[in-house]
Amino acid sequence: MNLRKYLILAGVSIFAPVGDSLLSYGMKQVGNITVHDIPDLLLAITNPWVALGILFLLGFFASYMTALSWADLTYVLPASSLGYVLLALIAKFALHEQISLTRWLGIALVSCGVGFVTSGPERTSRTGPHLEKRVAQEHS
Amino acid sequence: MIPRAMSNLNAWLAILAVVLSSSAGDVLLSRAMRKIGDLGELRRRRGLKFVMLLVVRNRYFLLGVICMAVSFYSLLFGLSWNDVSLIGPAAASLTFVANAFAAKIFLHEHVDRRRWAAALLVAAGVVLMGV
Repeated sequence: MNLRKYLILAGVSIFAPVGDSLLSYGMKQVGNITVHDIPDLLLAITNPWVALGILFLLGFFASYMTALSWADLTYVLPASSLGYVLLALIAKFALHEQISLTRWLGIALVSCGVGFVTSGPERTSRTGPHLEKRVAQEHS
Repeated sequence: MIPRAMSNLNAWLAILAVVLSSSAGDVLLSRAMRKIGDLGELRRRRGLKFVMLLVVRNRYFLLGVICMAVSFYSLLFGLSWNDVSLIGPAAASLTFVANAFAAKIFLHEHVDRRRWAAALLVAAGVVLMGV
């Protein structure tokens, strides 16, 4: 693991919870949608908060794809869950929200999980054949 | 006034849809990226355009994106019926556990005790943070 890889994991951690929060805020403005109003669900992306949330989730997606290109799925998912902890800490120290004992316990468990997985190797399975050579051959 | 039971039923159906589609999407995307190789390395050697073309031409990637789109709209559907404090932690924690099983079965990852412990600790932690 090098600094670049840690930054990519940080990108996965930060973009996803911020994007989800923006989507939640936007969907509260859009209101309840039933299965009969599927077009309304498609139109929900015109809400600015939902649109901003989608932008953040695109940032998450790019970081996530990059992380999966050099690490296992069972490494990337727990390792990037530190975002939940970051959100709670921002809520406590920047927004001065009260954090219950149960939530602190949750933060401790997530942190333990992240510590567990990041202390091991990022890849345990064999990497498949490199597509680059194949694509280069196809285009030559 | 919308009955609470119907709201909860729709929310849990949405959570189930998010977990299934998200796990399928994660496995497909992981398989695609594993086949392609380190994106950072490839970008340095061949450029961003080459990497992007390589990614979007991969059929596992395209199938994974479709699953992720289903997951995204299921999440929006769920959020329109219940609070993010229920939908977010429930979907995320169940997805952690489902992904550990799926990665072992479909990606042949070596999910040892350390990774099971990590997945379960994070899943439990996410639930506690949401209540």
